[in-house]
Amino acid sequence: MSIVSASLDHAGRPDRALNADALAADARRESRGLLALLSPGLFLVFAVIIVPIGWLFWLSLFDETGQLSAANYARFFEQASYIKTFVTTFKVAFIVTGACVLFGYPLAYMLSQLPRRAASICLIFVILPFWTSVLVRTYAWLVILQRKGLVNSWLIDLGVIGQPLPLANNFSGVVIGMTHIMLPFLVLPLYASMKTIDVDCLRAGMNLGASPAATFRQIFFPLSLPGLASGVVIVFVLCLGFFVTPALMGGGKVIMWAMRMEQTTSLYSNWGAGAALGVVLLGFTLALLGLFQWLLGARATGVWSQR
Amino acid sequence: MLLSLAQSALPIAIGGIEKRFGGVSVLHDLGLDVAAGEFLTLLGPSGSGKTTLLMILAGFVRANAGSIKVGGEEIITMPPHKRNIGMVFQNYALFPHMNVFHNIAFPLKQRRVSATETAERVERALDLVQLKGLGERRVDQLSGGQRQRVALARAIVFEPRIVLMDEPLSALDKSLREHMQIELRNLHRRLGMTTVYVTHDQREAITMSDRIAVMNAGRIEQIDQPEVLYAKPQTKFVAGFIGESNFVPVECRNGSVWYEDRKLRMTTAAPSAGRHLMVVRPEKLRLINGEQSGDVNALPATVGDVIYQGDSFVCYATLRDGRQVTLRDYCRSDVLAKLPGPGEPITLGIDAQDVVLVADQ
Repeated sequence: MSIVSASLDHAGRPDRALNADALAADARRESRGLLALLSPGLFLVFAVIIVPIGWLFWLSLFDETGQLSAANYARFFEQASYIKTFVTTFKVAFIVTGACVLFGYPLAYMLSQLPRRAASICLIFVILPFWTSVLVRTYAWLVILQRKGLVNSWLIDLGVIGQPLPLANNFSGVVIGMTHIMLPFLVLPLYASMKTIDVDCLRAGMNLGASPAATFRQIFFPLSLPGLASGVVIVFVLCLGFFVTPALMGGGKVIMWAMRMEQTTSLYSNWGAGAALGVVLLGFTLALLGLFQWLLGARATGVWSQR
Repeated sequence: MLLSLAQSALPIAIGGIEKRFGGVSVLHDLGLDVAAGEFLTLLGPSGSGKTTLLMILAGFVRANAGSIKVGGEEIITMPPHKRNIGMVFQNYALFPHMNVFHNIAFPLKQRRVSATETAERVERALDLVQLKGLGERRVDQLSGGQRQRVALARAIVFEPRIVLMDEPLSALDKSLREHMQIELRNLHRRLGMTTVYVTHDQREAITMSDRIAVMNAGRIEQIDQPEVLYAKPQTKFVAGFIGESNFVPVECRNGSVWYEDRKLRMTTAAPSAGRHLMVVRPEKLRLINGEQSGDVNALPATVGDVIYQGDSFVCYATLRDGRQVTLRDYCRSDVLAKLPGPGEPITLGIDAQDVVLVADQ
């Protein structure tokens, strides 16, 4: 600024810097223009996210008689069934996420190592279930897993078991059905991150004396962790609010948070209590996301180097 | 001294290497001997097979046939992690999740070197590549030149018997690249490791190498010291790839070589009868006045254009047969004073000892 004004100050008088006002006005005009371009998006966010969530929160503060009270939240601590639902929800989410990692990691690894053509064909099979309705897939699992379903009749015919295994209409049915539905959400980000791992890094590992297994452990696996973490977050968060599969496969024995909400609002028409359930789930989900973000953020800045 | 590679440097004997990708043959019966402690460069255009040969040496690509002996021991079927060969990759291939120290300590960790010795050796390797005190840096905090040095330190810290380098300087800017060329050469002189270096940059190869193997289409065209390669290319490809060359067709009959109706004066024996090409380097030509006796060959020509380049000038001239040749000379005042203009007839001279013939393929 000073250089410009000094060099242009021909007459030697303390003048305004050349075109300073015009440039400042131009900058303001540009800001206004950008704001105008952003406004449809901002309006949408406000109308469909901020307003409904605010309303939800507002609703949760009133009891059935329309009085302002904390009764909807106090209920969570007073009634054991709420606590049980809460525990079940997290238990299902943990187990399903674990199962997805167990199946998804080797699958994503295989996809990342296949030649390009074969990988894209196999990827279609991973994505295909995405295009099928969750409801259809859940009923399909019911057919396969029920008392006289495919799995049980085969196992009995083969003489492996005498009595049918309780696979559907209970906890294991929920886990099997949800794992199937959640798997692509883990595999896709994991595959994407594995594809970005430099082949030369793995070659360098072996060149420097690490066996293939040691190269996988010390180089490939740590480099695939960010992708694994984002897959885990997606699956876990989706599990927390999942409704269809537990409702159909649980046989009424596995009550998850979303089912509780449905009961509260449609069965008992208690909007305040339902809203409180929603707020609590949202709060926990946000807290979890924050925790992951914090952990991942620490990783991204290199704290995860081997100490 | 950190690395006593000089005593442990081993010779490499490569023989009969065949490599096909799909049905396409990329290396044909390739043989090459590298002396212990030698800096040998594989030089060639892309697709010449130089990188494939390096990958076969490192064990990342399996040859279809052939033998690689390091100090007499056959390693062609040995897995890469047992070969004890250090390699610097083109993109450095540093481990992004480890800091500089752990990158360099990686090969020592695999060899179960104790923590104290590891720390000591990494420290000395960092010192050697002039990165002292940067051990705690993350890889993404380093400049290109620093990454290059870390890759180098990592490749030599475990005292490998051979070091391979795959165009390690190609990602650096020109001045840094020239600086690193000198540094790499000095490091090689200090440590004396057997080095196989791959590049497509002929200037880099000439600057750094003890010997250069010029590769073309899966074969080694010529392997020689840089000065021999430049002065006495054996094939048209080598003459064209190393330095600038114009080719003038000549014919050999009755034991002497003829350019049109002029008998060439030369210091080497005439080759077999038939058509050949004379390799004419721009700096070997000079402007002479009329016919000269002695050991100079005169080529009449017409000036096309003269371009002044500060320290030197370039003169594009057309021979009588229509062929373009280039002359380059320093801008000495006596030469500048007699500089011809476009369209003027001139006589170009080339000394008998500078006449080099290659087969016309």
